[in-house]
Amino acid sequence: MKKQITVRYFALFREHAGISGETLESDAESAAALFAQLKHRHGSAEPAGHCKVAINDQMADWDAPVRDGDVVLFFPPVAGG
Amino acid sequence: MMLMTEKQILPEEMRDQLRDAAAGAYASFEGWIRNHNDGLPVVRLEYEAYSPLCVTEGDKIIAEARSRWKILHARCVHRSGSLEIGECAVWVGVSSAHRDEAFHACRYIIDQVKLRLPIWKKEHYANGDSGWVNCERCASHGEHQGHEHGLRPQDATAGR
Repeated sequence: MKKQITVRYFALFREHAGISGETLESDAESAAALFAQLKHRHGSAEPAGHCKVAINDQMADWDAPVRDGDVVLFFPPVAGG
Repeated sequence: MMLMTEKQILPEEMRDQLRDAAAGAYASFEGWIRNHNDGLPVVRLEYEAYSPLCVTEGDKIIAEARSRWKILHARCVHRSGSLEIGECAVWVGVSSAHRDEAFHACRYIIDQVKLRLPIWKKEHYANGDSGWVNCERCASHGEHQGHEHGLRPQDATAGR
């Protein structure tokens, strides 16, 4: 079933995508599946495990389900400090 | 308490917020902008942060430190935006009755902050190039070549 999901890209992902976010329709069951579907945007060939994901402003696991109306944030490897 | 700021960090002001008559020890860490990385001269840095999650995740890290060690107060502040060489990018401070707890908690907080907060660093080099630290290579080639990802706790060395 198609769900409406808002995706936001950060740092390197945003530069690859050329946009900071978008709302799209997807049938992805998990955050990892959505990440794979959007490879043409974020440009990362890395396994999702090297990056982080948040759903509705909560850090999430890559196998977490994505639901209609969710806001999914894709984070490339962090480098604070 | 975790704070994000676009203004200069003033460590002495931060330290004074940790004062407590019961405190016999104070430990702090400051991360500074260095003029080189991986052999390349760096002229300035930009930090991009997703502040709402930095604050909730940073508060979680501080709460974890509190549950592990008997400390009185702990704070962390991280910069975002454009920084010059020598500026303070991150500050952590902990007060406690005795030094051991302050040292341990301070180290734990900076290590976890580096691993977990959604913050990204773009370096601008003397030759005019720029790059996101930690994985332009990953993103473009999809290969793990043994360079730092900061994924394992033992990899997180403060100030690197």
